[in-house]
Amino acid sequence: MSLILVIEQILNGVQLGVMLFLMAAGLTLIFGVMGLINLAHGSLYMVGAFAAAAVAGVTGSFLLGLVAALVAAAAAGALIEVTVIRRLYAADHLDQVLATFALILVFSEGVRWVFGSFPLFLDIPAALSGPVTLPGGIEYPLYRLVLIGIGLAVGLGLWWLIERTRLGIRIRAGENDREMIAALGVDISRLYTLVFALGAALAGLAGALVGAIQSVQVGMGEPVLILAFVVIVIGGIGSIRGAFVGALLVGLTETLGGVFLPAFFGLFTDPATATSIGASLASMAIYVLMGVVLVWRPTGLFGVRA
Amino acid sequence: MIGERVLSLGVLAVLGGVALLAAATDEPFTITLATRVAILALAAAGLNIALGLGGLVSFGHALFFGLGGYVMGILAFHAQTYTPLDLGLFEVAGTKSMPLIWLAAVAVSALVAIPVGLLALRTSGVYFIMITLAFAQMFYYFTISWSAYGGEDGLSIYVRNGFPGLNTLDPIQFFGLCFALLCVVLWLSARLARSPFGLALGAARQAPARAEAVGFDPMRLRLVAFIISGAIAGLAGALYADLNRFVSPAMFGWHLSGELIVLVILGGVARIIGPVVGAGLFVMLEHFLGQVTDFWQIWLGLILLVIVLYARGGIVGLVSPRRTGHG
Amino acid sequence: MADPVLEARGLSKSFGALVANDAVTLDLRPGEIHAVIGPNGAGKSTLIAQLCGALRPDSGEVRLQGEDVTGLSVAQRARLGLARTFQVSALAMEDSVLENAVLGALGATGSPWRFWRAALSRPTLVAQAEAALDRVGLAEARHRRVADLSHGQRRQLEVAVALTLGPRAFVMDEPMAGLGSEGSADLTRLLDALRHEAPILLVEHDMDAVFALADRISVLVYGRVLMTGTVAEVRASAEVRAAYLGDAA
Repeated sequence: MSLILVIEQILNGVQLGVMLFLMAAGLTLIFGVMGLINLAHGSLYMVGAFAAAAVAGVTGSFLLGLVAALVAAAAAGALIEVTVIRRLYAADHLDQVLATFALILVFSEGVRWVFGSFPLFLDIPAALSGPVTLPGGIEYPLYRLVLIGIGLAVGLGLWWLIERTRLGIRIRAGENDREMIAALGVDISRLYTLVFALGAALAGLAGALVGAIQSVQVGMGEPVLILAFVVIVIGGIGSIRGAFVGALLVGLTETLGGVFLPAFFGLFTDPATATSIGASLASMAIYVLMGVVLVWRPTGLFGVRA
Repeated sequence: MIGERVLSLGVLAVLGGVALLAAATDEPFTITLATRVAILALAAAGLNIALGLGGLVSFGHALFFGLGGYVMGILAFHAQTYTPLDLGLFEVAGTKSMPLIWLAAVAVSALVAIPVGLLALRTSGVYFIMITLAFAQMFYYFTISWSAYGGEDGLSIYVRNGFPGLNTLDPIQFFGLCFALLCVVLWLSARLARSPFGLALGAARQAPARAEAVGFDPMRLRLVAFIISGAIAGLAGALYADLNRFVSPAMFGWHLSGELIVLVILGGVARIIGPVVGAGLFVMLEHFLGQVTDFWQIWLGLILLVIVLYARGGIVGLVSPRRTGHG
Repeated sequence: MADPVLEARGLSKSFGALVANDAVTLDLRPGEIHAVIGPNGAGKSTLIAQLCGALRPDSGEVRLQGEDVTGLSVAQRARLGLARTFQVSALAMEDSVLENAVLGALGATGSPWRFWRAALSRPTLVAQAEAALDRVGLAEARHRRVADLSHGQRRQLEVAVALTLGPRAFVMDEPMAGLGSEGSADLTRLLDALRHEAPILLVEHDMDAVFALADRISVLVYGRVLMTGTVAEVRASAEVRAAYLGDAA
């Protein structure tokens, strides 16, 4: 196995990781601030992808598509926050699971109704398509590098937003003490809507960006949502830093496991068996990782200790 | 206002009556729908023990449903191909006998529930929800990549498994079997809820500190509830696979886990007959709304939202509000 | 002197830089009510948590009837006869009063692993539960749901559940909390009688009740036992007065 392949796979893992981070950051932020478990986060990812594909399809502009994704997902997020989600903050987790599960049904079937069951396609803009040559002679798709760059930039932006701005101070205060922040005269329900829309926009952005390398179809948000859950369980629910570390861990495990586990078993058995065992184990690898982390730290790597 | 016992017997009578009527008028499709109700209700009754009595929001009960399905699929597959099933240390023959399959499904589900429960119960709240979900997904992806038993395409069983003395190919006889199992499980869960174990489990849910202070270990109570709950869901999975004569990774899918919770909530949490009402309503919605529109799940979603936001007791709660105490 | 039923020997517990308990030593002897008083933040809750097993001490040991139980869980200590009540009622709110009391009686049998016959159709459990409810004056309310009880009735039920365990020692965490004067007087009478069944370690803010009931009082200040003595000794102590006044100032 060549070093080039290893580096390529690591880059693929990082690319998956940063996209998972965009999803997980919103989920974990919403949980940290409002105490809400939002299953419909994957639907917002899907909404972003569809909005991008539709707008880019009409205008021919990928950039306008991205803007549409951000706007549509943020608007959808704000809409469900105001109509449904805000009634759930005080409810128990079971109600939250059910109501947001119901939202998934509404979103998925609604999108199927509008766009039909066939996948849409979102093309990578010409300027970003094709490979680039990295130092060491590695050819790697430029678009995927751009995804990594955007993911890292958003991560930095979030860090700046939360650590360095007034909004961030309010968000952190809201995590710690709702009464206090309300007493300080901050309009808490507007803050919550804002945080929810921000999380939604991140999910929509991820959906649009990934939509260009996969097909845009109903249900595309669900596998990503579950990976994002694994990410925040590993990272510690409520922790942005945990989401970042968890996302990279999951991205790398998922990608590298799929390539190297079959190769690893190939050292012991015949290729067909090795491929089959390796693929089976690779599909379970991130869950094993999660199990190990939980045995070691039941509240995740960066979670608040109970 | 109706008493709970009368309501329970009434609901079961309606389900049995619909199937019998359909048999008399030769409408096998309706019998199949009733069988589907009975099996889904059985799975939801299993979940209700963890969710309703134990307060454990398992978002991964499809794990056990799928295990039951695959136990049936694998045993029947080896029986229909006349190949032995290699279990590593020894080999067993496949089987087409329902009682044996049920036993195996219950045993395997219970065995898997032990480590899953031990690990998941280390956590609580949202972590528990996500971990149970993740375990089910793990099996989902595992079966997709497990090519020996059909992988993504699933596994077809050509002839329904047999039960001594019955012709299981006759829809009403197969319904009878599922219905009988459902009644037995409901009766057992009603007893369980009132038993000392049920009382202690209820205390561990409502006031864990109290349960500990009178000498119970809430963790062990929950683990046992989780195992019983999983075993019942596994049994339901074996029946479901037999109904469809097909198993696929979708039986482990998270939609199914979500739907099982929906069945419990539609009917009313911790109400003995709740799962049957929930399953009946769900299958009817699916059938009738499905005839009107391809997008019936939008309506299911909206109904669910209304129930969560406005009618917390579920349907049973509307018809028969909880009395004060159980005494 | 009779051997103590419950003993804390040099219990220390810190949370980060905060020393919540500093070498706390006290004992509970047969037939007595031993009150623990002290200003807020003195470490009373931490002491109770260590005695009952919810917190592990950093050092020191807890002995129940002469046996070292420091390593045992809450449930294990309860099975050895340590019954507690909670400052904030911890009851199964959806269940009936009788069911809560039967829960305690069931705890006394040592095993919840019975899946068949209904808990409420077991005569011994029910008899035990009803006797306890009778003692605290809740016999009439036994079929009511706990959620429908008044605050005072819930406080009584807390004591009744502890009673059904047939304990060797009680640890009561502010049983009078939130009770009016009439409720306090009733509960004071009840505890007065209970001490002969099992001694009571009583953490309480209601000084009238403490002075009326306690055989001995330990004063906890900043995690340390300032003094242990009779009511008269504690009342006369300048140190205690200073500690309380200092707290109030």
